[in-house]
Amino acid sequence: MKNRWVLFVPLAIMGLLFGAFIYRLVTPAETLIQSQWIDKPMPLFDLPPATAGVEGLKSSQLADGKPRLVNVFASWCIPCRAEAPQLEALKAAGVPIDGIAIRDRPEDVAMFLNEYGNPFDRIGADMQSSVQIALGSSGVPETFLIDGKGIIREQIQGVILADQVPEIIAKLEAMK
Amino acid sequence: MSKTCSTSSRSPAKAGVQGGKVRRGRKVALDPRFRGGAWLLAALLLAATGMFSSLSLAQDRLPPAPYAYQQLKDPAQEARAKALMEELRCLVCQGQSIADSDAPLAGDMRHEVRSKIAAGESPGEIKTWLVARYGNWVSYDPPFDAATAFLWLGPLLFLAIGGWLAFGRFRRGASDGEDAA
Repeated sequence: MKNRWVLFVPLAIMGLLFGAFIYRLVTPAETLIQSQWIDKPMPLFDLPPATAGVEGLKSSQLADGKPRLVNVFASWCIPCRAEAPQLEALKAAGVPIDGIAIRDRPEDVAMFLNEYGNPFDRIGADMQSSVQIALGSSGVPETFLIDGKGIIREQIQGVILADQVPEIIAKLEAMK
Repeated sequence: MSKTCSTSSRSPAKAGVQGGKVRRGRKVALDPRFRGGAWLLAALLLAATGMFSSLSLAQDRLPPAPYAYQQLKDPAQEARAKALMEELRCLVCQGQSIADSDAPLAGDMRHEVRSKIAAGESPGEIKTWLVARYGNWVSYDPPFDAATAFLWLGPLLFLAIGGWLAFGRFRRGASDGEDAA
């Protein structure tokens, strides 16, 4: 038997497979589903106001020549509360921000704005997540960077962190 | 799992859920020495209840969308919708189909699918529409392409390797037999 080592090839393959399985068990795959609806126009929608005193949101309003953020949030979303100061900072820097409130009641949105501030120019109520689905968004909070022509340029999943704020301002500035 | 899957919010306060696990139902003796313990237990239980109620606040309070839990009137349309819903992945409880998941977003996706079917769209069109937004990952029946080629062809490849090894072995066995004869 000149090629005795060949007998160990199946064992080695099994070992490699086992290694791969254990690796994936220990380090689960990335489960954030990114939107594929990027560099595409905002889907058409016309959402009613999410709460009294703040205008609703129409997709046609997002193509007024000014780059902006569209923040997908909800009053029941705990991480969204942590994001509020960063949105305030962006607003203070002159970034226009519109909101889409997912599955929310007007009184809850009002309470949320009262407690955590209102950086939004307009907030549309997405009662059945239909706009969220049309955007390819899979959770809250998510933020979309929209250029002046109403084209979605980038999706940020999860809470915007303080050190991302200058970067976002610069990106929107570059779209002007 | 059901706790994290019942909301589409991104993993809020997981520590809170774990922290809320308090052993309940153990009788505390009325021995005065244990009174302090009883009070502590009561306080812990209260704190746990408080934690759960604040977590339940963390879910939306809207009723499900009309078609989330209601079938279409036309059985043929419902059958088409059902088949498609079983093929679509829930974005919150990944690993479940939207037909199986009770996450609010899955309910809203069922509503979306049934509404579109009722409006006359074909399942293929709806799938294309969703894949354009979430990628092939949203479907449990991904197409044959560069990313999935190995999955489809791998078994054939392994079968071929096995066949080749077995063939070599049998032939050698046969020739050994000839030598011995």
